[in-house]
Amino acid sequence: MTPTAMPTTEYKKLRSLNKRNEIAITPWLFLAPGVLFFLFYVIFPIFQSFDVSLYQWDGLGEARYVGLANYQELVNDRAFEISLWNNLKWLVLYLLAIPAGLFIALFLNQTVTGIRLYKSLFFFPFVISQIVVGLVFSWFYDPTFGLLNVMLGWVGLGPINVLGDPQTVTYGIIAAGLWPQTAYCMILYLTGLNAVDPEQIEAGRLDGAKGARMLWYIILPQLKPATFIAFVVTIIGALRSFDLISIMTNGGPFGSSRVLSFYMFEKALSEYGFRMGYGAAIAVVLFLIMLVFIAYFLWSMFQEERGR
Amino acid sequence: MCSVSKASLTVVTAMSLLTNVALAQDKTEKLSGELIIFSDMSNPAPRATMEGMTKRFGEMHPDLEIKLTVIDREAYKTQIRNFLSANPPDVANWYAANRMKPYVEAGLFEDVSDLWEGQISEELGSTKAAMTLDGKQWGVPYTYYQWGVYYRKDVYEELGLLEPGTFAELKSNCQAILDSGRKCFTIGSKFLWTAGGWFDYINMRTNGYDFHAALTGGEIPWTDDRVKATFANWRELIDMGAYVDNHQSYSWQESLPFIVKGEATAILIGNFGVAPMREGGLDDSKLDFYQFPKIAEDVALAEDAPTDTFHIPSGAKNKEAARAFLRFVVSAENQTLINNGKNLGQLPVNANSSVDDDKFLKEGFVMLSANSSGGVAQFFDRDTPAEMASVAMEGLQEFMVLPDNLDDILARLEQARQRIYK
Repeated sequence: MTPTAMPTTEYKKLRSLNKRNEIAITPWLFLAPGVLFFLFYVIFPIFQSFDVSLYQWDGLGEARYVGLANYQELVNDRAFEISLWNNLKWLVLYLLAIPAGLFIALFLNQTVTGIRLYKSLFFFPFVISQIVVGLVFSWFYDPTFGLLNVMLGWVGLGPINVLGDPQTVTYGIIAAGLWPQTAYCMILYLTGLNAVDPEQIEAGRLDGAKGARMLWYIILPQLKPATFIAFVVTIIGALRSFDLISIMTNGGPFGSSRVLSFYMFEKALSEYGFRMGYGAAIAVVLFLIMLVFIAYFLWSMFQEERGR
Repeated sequence: MCSVSKASLTVVTAMSLLTNVALAQDKTEKLSGELIIFSDMSNPAPRATMEGMTKRFGEMHPDLEIKLTVIDREAYKTQIRNFLSANPPDVANWYAANRMKPYVEAGLFEDVSDLWEGQISEELGSTKAAMTLDGKQWGVPYTYYQWGVYYRKDVYEELGLLEPGTFAELKSNCQAILDSGRKCFTIGSKFLWTAGGWFDYINMRTNGYDFHAALTGGEIPWTDDRVKATFANWRELIDMGAYVDNHQSYSWQESLPFIVKGEATAILIGNFGVAPMREGGLDDSKLDFYQFPKIAEDVALAEDAPTDTFHIPSGAKNKEAARAFLRFVVSAENQTLINNGKNLGQLPVNANSSVDDDKFLKEGFVMLSANSSGGVAQFFDRDTPAEMASVAMEGLQEFMVLPDNLDDILARLEQARQRIYK
């Protein structure tokens, strides 16, 4: 199309139409790929899960509509109940990583020779794969040659099989998970501590603040953004605890260390599973739990934005 | 993906003998195009066997381009669902009996009853039932192996014990072993199925093969008194302390050091357990085999003998070549070769094949052909539907650790049975 082929007035009109909408359209164009992928890979599967959870389907043959039967079964399924409680244990105990990370960060936040080395050593567990962490801890807990029982022997305590006892197994795995998670929180706090205003500390010191009071009233408020991020990643980490369970106990003994994500995997995708509908129903429950946290995170971020 | 690597020298020499025979009969059919094979034979010995086998088949059919993909045995179990429907090969490995049922029902396996007409049916008579669903055959077997008790002969001799012929003898042996400061049986139940083997045997010996088949087929409630009798027998061993401690934390491989070091004197396992135990230093003077002894006097002995198989996916493109390959796999010569001690070290499925000169294979062959009049089962997790197997084996493991929970476990299994077999 050439300008001469069109009356100049009309051409100008079209151009100005483009011009006027440019500002409104451009951001959408740039967002489009991201939005499309997000819709296709995140939003759409969520609704698909809701849909599949209403069917009985082995992934191969015909899907049969069963209404809410899968959810009814969940209510009476003790394995599901155990998984739900274990999820709760994970959520609560995993949060210990935040104070632990904070104290290690405070401890490492000083200038002595080789501090960089110490910092990286403390950060090390976060860098290695969860699978390796799981293996290391299962050797540590091993009932026959594990270091834990050797150490318990020194203080005269009998051998225990942490991962073989349904009472202790979940705590044993959480302890393994806390190791890298603490390192993660530590690094978040270390960067946060860099941003702490020295003038405020000086002022606090002049007013006689020391030790715990200094920490609570002067340092911690300034670390609020780091705490928020640490909280977010820890909650997410707790809800996706899968690899450690898979490598350390495979959900056992007799299913007592399963969490929802692992149970969903077992029911829907493992060797003896392929109950897609039932797996999807578990996934929906897990999603609803996550939704509580997602809503909270979004709400607090929204509050923050508005506060500015 | 893997490329076909060099087979061992013996395979090559045996092969050249074999191709001459095989060429004579297969010359008539000229195969061309591509033959895509997906295999789960990923452990070192089976992998070499599979590669050798495809190489020999390829040399018989020079115009045929064979593409072999070996997938990790565990990963294969979930991948098969995807590739059978999305990207079907021409030949795929799987297992017999109930384990192939979902794919047969979904129409993903080709009906190969035509292959079974005539000669092959006679030669493979022992495994035909395991390959049959709805009166049709859906694949061919290529190997099977016996289960039984592998024990430390040297320890038995030291304590003056004999192979038990009855459950009472088994228990009195066990008491003597316990008194000598050892455990009777090692087991690693972390991945559950090993407990399924124990249940299979104690149940088949207490109630017989037919009852066991009906139970795994979902026709009998788990709360039945006969099932409880099985668990009562099992509990006698558990209460004696016959099993190694903390078995719920070990895989079967991790449970082997106990028998290799002599801390436990026996293991109930399939014949695949022999190779790692030999590698651990137990030669034939230290390791021996006995059939699981009688429990109830009037019950005929039945055995577990899991069968591994080849199938043609219904979406295969070169079905003609795939059928020729299946025929080649089960042929007597090939069966003798791939199941010998240098390859799979298992039992050939073809009646005209010869069993390798190996102590355990010979004993197993005699046991399965002459001393299992009750019947031959596949294995707990192949005879029960997958879902029931996973719930049940978890219950079996729980029973082995906390036998007091039995009533609760059985009630749960019964609930699962009523839901699953509808």
